[in-house]
Amino acid sequence: MRRVVVTGIGMVTPLGNGAPHNWKRLLNSESGIRTIDHFDVSDLAAKVAGVIPRGTGEGELDLDKVASSKDRRRMDDFIIYGLGAAMEAVEDSGWMPEDEESRERTGVMIGSGIGGLPGIAEGAQILKDSGPRRISPFFIPAALINLVSGHVSIKYGFKGPNHAVVTACATGAHAIGDAARIIQFDDADVMVAGGTESAVCRLGLAGFAAAKALSTSYNDSPTEASRPWDKGRDGFVMGEGAGIVVLEEYEHAKKRGAKIYGEVIGYGMSGDAYHITAPAEDGNGGFRAMKAALKRAQINLDQVDYINAHGTSTPLGDEIELGAVKRLFGDHAYKLSMSSTKSAIGHLLGAAGAVEAIYSLLAMRDQTLPPTLNLSNPSDGCDIDLVPKVAKQRSVKIAMSNSFGFGGTNASLIFKAV
Amino acid sequence: MSDVAERVKKIVVEHLGVEEAKVTENASFIDDLGADSLDTVELVMAFEEEFGCEIPDDAAEKILTVKDAIDFISKANA
Repeated sequence: MRRVVVTGIGMVTPLGNGAPHNWKRLLNSESGIRTIDHFDVSDLAAKVAGVIPRGTGEGELDLDKVASSKDRRRMDDFIIYGLGAAMEAVEDSGWMPEDEESRERTGVMIGSGIGGLPGIAEGAQILKDSGPRRISPFFIPAALINLVSGHVSIKYGFKGPNHAVVTACATGAHAIGDAARIIQFDDADVMVAGGTESAVCRLGLAGFAAAKALSTSYNDSPTEASRPWDKGRDGFVMGEGAGIVVLEEYEHAKKRGAKIYGEVIGYGMSGDAYHITAPAEDGNGGFRAMKAALKRAQINLDQVDYINAHGTSTPLGDEIELGAVKRLFGDHAYKLSMSSTKSAIGHLLGAAGAVEAIYSLLAMRDQTLPPTLNLSNPSDGCDIDLVPKVAKQRSVKIAMSNSFGFGGTNASLIFKAV
Repeated sequence: MSDVAERVKKIVVEHLGVEEAKVTENASFIDDLGADSLDTVELVMAFEEEFGCEIPDDAAEKILTVKDAIDFISKANA
């Protein structure tokens, strides 16, 4: 089987633009969650979110550097975030194919959970107020999820497989796992893969709040709202952003002397077949996704050093995931470390799995685990190392990243240092 | 330059992100100013909004240059 490695990373999250800036702030226990002030939240139950800092300052997302104002009219925010993170990842990888054959062997698989929700909400309002003649010709292409892959392919001339994943909050992880398989199957040598999301708008917040998924008790102290495994947690905090990696066949990467962040050695998937929004109570779906990934990786349980958990800060989900980890890993659960970086950036939905895969790769590179912020009073039974509050040094040769989505869709990725 | 011409050119500059100097009356939206078919639809919508007129689809298809737009709008608003 062809081996697949990660040779480029890029991200924009509420902690800022760019993987280096993100990682520095994450290890520094900083939070990107704040009070929403760019639209009216007076009548919304949840008033905090992880919002992308925009501007031209350090770590801010400069929209003009991603696309011209003309081109941005064709893109809802999720496309701009995805394109920006893809540009960082491609540049980081140094992969700029000059010949046609190499371009045809380079593909793109970037997904999103929801796509252009803010634009759809606005378009619906225009249709109601002003009629169909006022709907922009860019309305559809700005909202379509696969248009992120489309824009990236057009920008770089990548003519290989062009695909998009839609599996709610597991999107980013599925995209990386599926894209790795495209390389393993020899359908491409390089894949730009990941997830992106920008559903932090009135309609998105109202919808998730109605599903009783969001934190509403920390509107006055936003940085404390996301608190996985803590007794005081009361729901997830919406976040926006994108995470993109460049995946490459190992020999291809070695031949051109590319820097390698790690190898994708395991990918497992499962379905809960249980409920549209709630996870199966016995954590069976997550358990089987992790188990399938371990089988594919052909490693022993006790080789896993770090798990970047799905850990969204919901009352149900966090403990169900932890229970599955304990059942699967047995005694080793008390030797590995697990943290939830959603405590710092919120839940990036379709981007979460990809951003967290990158954090896992950086944890391996720097032998440092990102913390679980706000974990002051762990719930009963949350007694393994959850890296509370501050980053910690630890040897990490193998890292796992879990992502679970609405609809009962689960994905688990395993990375190994090369 | 008429007021209509000036306003048309301003819209073209804003929507197509091109330099003002390039927006001459004979400039073709697609051949000279880098527009694609979707841009031209959006331009026509912007003209309709700016000038409060309706440009039917069959007329819109014939608006290919800056001058075409100015002429149509001048006539419609006369």
